[in-house]
Amino acid sequence: MTAALQLSGVSKTYKSGVRALDNLDLTVEPGDFFALLGPNGAGKSTTIGIVSSLVKKTHGSVSIFEFDLDKDLTEAKRQLGVVPQEFNFGQFEKVIDILATQGGYYGLPRKRAYDQAEKYLHQLGLWDKRNDQARLLSGGMKRRLMVARALVHEPRLLILDEPTAGVDIELRRSMWDYLTKLNQQGTTIILTTHYLEEAESLCRNIAIIDHGRVVENTSMRSLLSKLQQETFVLDLDKAIGTTPQLDSYAFKLASSQSLEVEIKRGQHLNEVFAMLSQQGIQVLSMRNKTNRLEELFVRLVEKNLNEGASA
Amino acid sequence: MSRHESVFAASNRVALATIVVKEIRRFTRIWVQTLLPPAITMTLYFVIFGNLVGRSISDMGGYSYMQFIVPGLIMMAVITNSYANVVSSFFGAKFQRSIEEMLVAPVPHATILAGFVLGGVARGLLVAVIVTLVSLFFTQLSLHNVFVMVYSVLITAILFSLGGFINAVFAKTFDDVSLVPTFILTPLTYLGGVFYSMDVLSPFWQSVSLLNPIVYMVNAFRYGVLGHSDVNVFLSLLVMTVFTAGAYVVAYRLLKSGTGMRE
Repeated sequence: MTAALQLSGVSKTYKSGVRALDNLDLTVEPGDFFALLGPNGAGKSTTIGIVSSLVKKTHGSVSIFEFDLDKDLTEAKRQLGVVPQEFNFGQFEKVIDILATQGGYYGLPRKRAYDQAEKYLHQLGLWDKRNDQARLLSGGMKRRLMVARALVHEPRLLILDEPTAGVDIELRRSMWDYLTKLNQQGTTIILTTHYLEEAESLCRNIAIIDHGRVVENTSMRSLLSKLQQETFVLDLDKAIGTTPQLDSYAFKLASSQSLEVEIKRGQHLNEVFAMLSQQGIQVLSMRNKTNRLEELFVRLVEKNLNEGASA
Repeated sequence: MSRHESVFAASNRVALATIVVKEIRRFTRIWVQTLLPPAITMTLYFVIFGNLVGRSISDMGGYSYMQFIVPGLIMMAVITNSYANVVSSFFGAKFQRSIEEMLVAPVPHATILAGFVLGGVARGLLVAVIVTLVSLFFTQLSLHNVFVMVYSVLITAILFSLGGFINAVFAKTFDDVSLVPTFILTPLTYLGGVFYSMDVLSPFWQSVSLLNPIVYMVNAFRYGVLGHSDVNVFLSLLVMTVFTAGAYVVAYRLLKSGTGMRE
């Protein structure tokens, strides 16, 4: 099956000499919900810039579905919708005009463009704001406006560069629901985000890039299974005066009423609960100290940094 | 034409119309900044230079001073407004990064350029009509040669729209947008025969004036309206056409290479 996005040996060196991408290979299958993660400056935005033809690659090839960017740019562009990180619409234009104009750029006749604009403004909860100037929208509404604009021509591949940055929790959750539904309807989605919880809950496959290279590219399930150890925070029912005995478990008292316990692969939380219970300590609630994906992400990036330093 | 080509052509036409409509909507939305000022400025020119000062000036080129300056003032309005429209619109789009909306879409470079240029031409011609209507309160105008008049005003509007586009591509700050109009365009326009016939200049300055392309535009248009020109009309039309073709090539290449837009 033709990949939704295929990058082969893509490199980018900016005029300043900065090498943002270094022989990057990446494949995203049709229908996937794909996370593209990496620390700041890793090359995520450059990758998106190249795919959306806003950045010129130095080497390599890119194709969107069956269309090569160098040979069939027009058709490749038709397959793609992009939600960039920064707001990039005319601040003084009316919300509905921004969408209809974008539809026009993709060849949608005026009536159809306005119909599409109406459809996506309803879906993204912006219909009431259709006649407002874009500059008057809140931050969350501006983000949704950019999502609606990217969808107006109904692309097969949607790339979102930090779509929920600066968006409150309620809106973020509704955005997740919307994107999930969109993906279920067949749109391939690539997401970059700094909220790793977002990537973990939404995406099926993941690539982590650092220093312009892919350091991990696998399924989310397979990546999370690599986690050798998790740290749990246990909230206790009352303050404890003495340190409890937890044989073979690394732990520390985070406060008099909470305990941080490291659970390695093969160890069981039940054992910890049993030992605490024997000592008269009851656990009220429990949570991961950090997001599981975050733990892996930090380790992978640190590992890559160390390898780079020793090379 | 294959089906694929005809779909592409239809899509391209829609994209062009979209850009033009957007451009016209932009300058009509801010009509107080774009359409009203030239009407007021030109009224002052007509009152002060045409009426008050013009009364004490003898005929120029066989026409009353008011009649003589009207075509030049119309052309001046076309030049400044076509240029200003594209330079501010395209730079604004770069500044707000809304130009990316077009660059990520399947819109050919030639269509983007044509859209902005047609927007500039629309404003230039609309202002020309406004100024012409205002001038009718002060003098009577004739039509000597419709083709020369229409061609010269149209090609001038296209040329300065392209000029505004090139300026906007290189501009990095709002200062860069106003540098060319202030230090190049205005002096060239004032010295381009709007207010005087070249006959009043010494032979040396007449020769120097011939290096100013605006001289040809003003005189061609004046010929179309009044039937009077200080320079050969065919040469004028040729100069304008060659400059416009050159400006198009430069603007297209800049857009295609992504100068100032894509790194």
